Amino acid sequence: MNEPTVTLKVTRYRPERDSAPSAQAYTIPYRQDWVVLDALNYIKDMIDGTLTYRWSCRMGVCGSCGMMVNGVPKLTCAAFLRDYYPAEITVAPLANFPVVRDLVIDITDFMQKLRSVKPWIIRETEKPVSEGEYLQTPEELEAYKQFSMCINCMLCYAACPVYGLEPTFLGPAAVALGYRYNLDSRDQGREVRQPILASHEGIWECTFVSECTVVCPKDVDPAAAIQRTKVNTTLDWFKSVLLPWGAR
Amino acid sequence: MVTYDVLIIGGGGAGLRAAIAAAEVSGALSIGVVSKVYPMRSHTVSAEGGTAAVLRDNDSLDLHARDTIFGSDFLADQDVVEAFVREAPGEVIQLEHWGCPWSRDPDGRVSVRPFGGMSVHRTLFAADKTGFHMLHTLFQTSLKYDQIQRHDEWFVTSLLVEDGRVCGVTAINLHDGQVDSLTAKAVIVCTGGAGRIFPFTTNAAIKTGDGMALAYRAGAALKDMEFVQYHPTGLPGTGILITEAARGEGGWMVNKDGYRYLQDYGLGPPTDKPTLRKMELGPRDILSRCHIQEYQKGRTFDGPYGHYVHLDLRHLGEELIDEKLPFVRELARNYVGIDPVYEPIPVRPVVHYMMGGIHTDIHGKTSLEGLYAAGEAACVSINGANRLGSNSLTELLVFGARAGRAAAQYALEAKDPTENPLAQLVSDEQRRIEQTFLKKTGGRERIATIREEMQKAMEQGAGIYRNETDMRTTCEALRRLRERFADLTLDDRSEVFNTELTTALELDCMLDVAETVARSALLRKESRGSHTRTDFPDRDDANFLQHSLAYRTPDGPRIEYLPATITRWPPEERKY
Repeated sequence: MNEPTVTLKVTRYRPERDSAPSAQAYTIPYRQDWVVLDALNYIKDMIDGTLTYRWSCRMGVCGSCGMMVNGVPKLTCAAFLRDYYPAEITVAPLANFPVVRDLVIDITDFMQKLRSVKPWIIRETEKPVSEGEYLQTPEELEAYKQFSMCINCMLCYAACPVYGLEPTFLGPAAVALGYRYNLDSRDQGREVRQPILASHEGIWECTFVSECTVVCPKDVDPAAAIQRTKVNTTLDWFKSVLLPWGAR
Repeated sequence: MVTYDVLIIGGGGAGLRAAIAAAEVSGALSIGVVSKVYPMRSHTVSAEGGTAAVLRDNDSLDLHARDTIFGSDFLADQDVVEAFVREAPGEVIQLEHWGCPWSRDPDGRVSVRPFGGMSVHRTLFAADKTGFHMLHTLFQTSLKYDQIQRHDEWFVTSLLVEDGRVCGVTAINLHDGQVDSLTAKAVIVCTGGAGRIFPFTTNAAIKTGDGMALAYRAGAALKDMEFVQYHPTGLPGTGILITEAARGEGGWMVNKDGYRYLQDYGLGPPTDKPTLRKMELGPRDILSRCHIQEYQKGRTFDGPYGHYVHLDLRHLGEELIDEKLPFVRELARNYVGIDPVYEPIPVRPVVHYMMGGIHTDIHGKTSLEGLYAAGEAACVSINGANRLGSNSLTELLVFGARAGRAAAQYALEAKDPTENPLAQLVSDEQRRIEQTFLKKTGGRERIATIREEMQKAMEQGAGIYRNETDMRTTCEALRRLRERFADLTLDDRSEVFNTELTTALELDCMLDVAETVARSALLRKESRGSHTRTDFPDRDDANFLQHSLAYRTPDGPRIEYLPATITRWPPEERKY
């Protein structure tokens, strides 16, 4: 048997028959250009059709395939076997989320949080489409662009120790998304979002760990979004105290 | 039983745009969106290059229409194209108002860039992740509307039809495995294309033609299925898309001798900067054929995943690449270990888009009462025999909105579907799934085996160059695979989140769709657009200025024809 192989130890859990998760080992052919997702697909196609996980685009843009690879939150479509081989690779569901089955987590909480920051353009008056676009310079676009790159993969939630302990925490991606709209020159909804973002469960739960930014595969830098929102919120508070009738 | 006024299958660009459009018709309408994935995962997210619309003074609706019709090799319905180009500008500006981060000129206006087959710069873009930004803008905007309710990760298994009227769907809620019905006065299919019937595709795993198959099984026609678009620049092996925008920004395609070979095929002369509609900015069908001809001449590279050529971006410089093509750089580095700033990218044609789909009229209405369709799942037709890049993202907006409005208007006037016959249909569907898959014993075929053989058959008979013998072989192979499908066995018999079951259901859909592609191709005895036959190399307007319509019969698809609508652009020879 000359073909090189690699072993994956994958967390299995089927609620209908298992009382707790357990690890199952699969040994498969090793290919130099395969990612962990290719390995999972090989297992499901050829060895064990019951292995269950989410995936779609396989190019790092849909956000479906986040899992813990050797204990680190990763997009499995962008985690190359060659970076681990010949060692064994463990694959587990994303941390800090309830597990539906095998590598599939329940993201209901995340979806609610995303919606709660009102991630849409809020304006006092809208101009008619017939009058054309709102002007936005390249500099104004640059101001929020980075924070618009989130693919909702939730690696940041898996990395965040606060979310692990305190499930009510709004979390990195949701705050970054609210911040993205606050920074958009076309938006006027900062005050509307403030009660959510500046609440106790919002930015103030964050304790500067910044693991969210470390694991983000899209360089969104949610930690920066949270810290800057803290600064802005504090400045707003100062202004409301020092200038209760607003600047004149 | 949950019931809606309008139910939309598919939560991508077309589905979400339709949902918002329906919501804006009336706040009293209840709107459901059912999708087998969360909307952010829809394949719209992978689109890169851009969205075409006439915005500039140096442009005109007639020019956009003419480019589109010419690009379609004159099979597009010209009345529909006229409506499409007219509504496109309003749609892209509406999306901008909703927050889409279009790239901008220094004066703050949205930018436009050159694209294949377009005679004027008219492709709006959001860096090189246009689809991603459009999808997230539409999804986030849809969250504003309380009347839009979603069923995320529900897999639709059939359309409910009562007295010839489509009145809802049966679907498996993946979270508990229960089959349920979602009824509605109007249903809109926005489930995308079916690139996964081929072995090399830019398409995500979810592009399995589910909605096309559902409509086909309910009696709707699938139109122009033989027209499959190959994108000239996919990565070898994975098929991952390298956007046409790389060529729009000035990238060159060279063979193994470092020669810009497109000049040998009537697309020259080569210029240093891109010339519209020439060389690397020629249309996709022609560029894909050029690649195959280079291969046949022995002038392509050979690699572990077959033949390829080079897409050279080095002369564009790091600054431009980082500003306009950052995702291209990331993809090339991650998936082929190439930094395009320093090395050319290996590329080859890969299946990308289905021009064909569920036959609809200009409003997105199908021949079945209560059933509408929009996006890649539909065929209106604006794309005819070959689509121009950056028209399909616009198509999602224009026809998503049209179908949403049409379905909403219908729902305001239609009666509710009745409950009684539907309860029986749901329990029949639950039993069918149990007997065919979950409780079945004794099967011997694995899903992956049948799927791979289907893909191989499609590549051999329904690829870039086709001929009668190979197409017949493919049609027969697909019939045999359909028989072998009945002998499928699943490892996974559980109810909670059974993705082996959904993979089997997707394969079921793909086999139906593949048959319509192969059969329609066999019967079209001409070459037009992306359908190229070595045995019938010329375009035959006398007999085939017509759309094919594939109808389901127990023995396979029956093909009929429908003339294309010509208004102001009489067919001419398609030379660039």
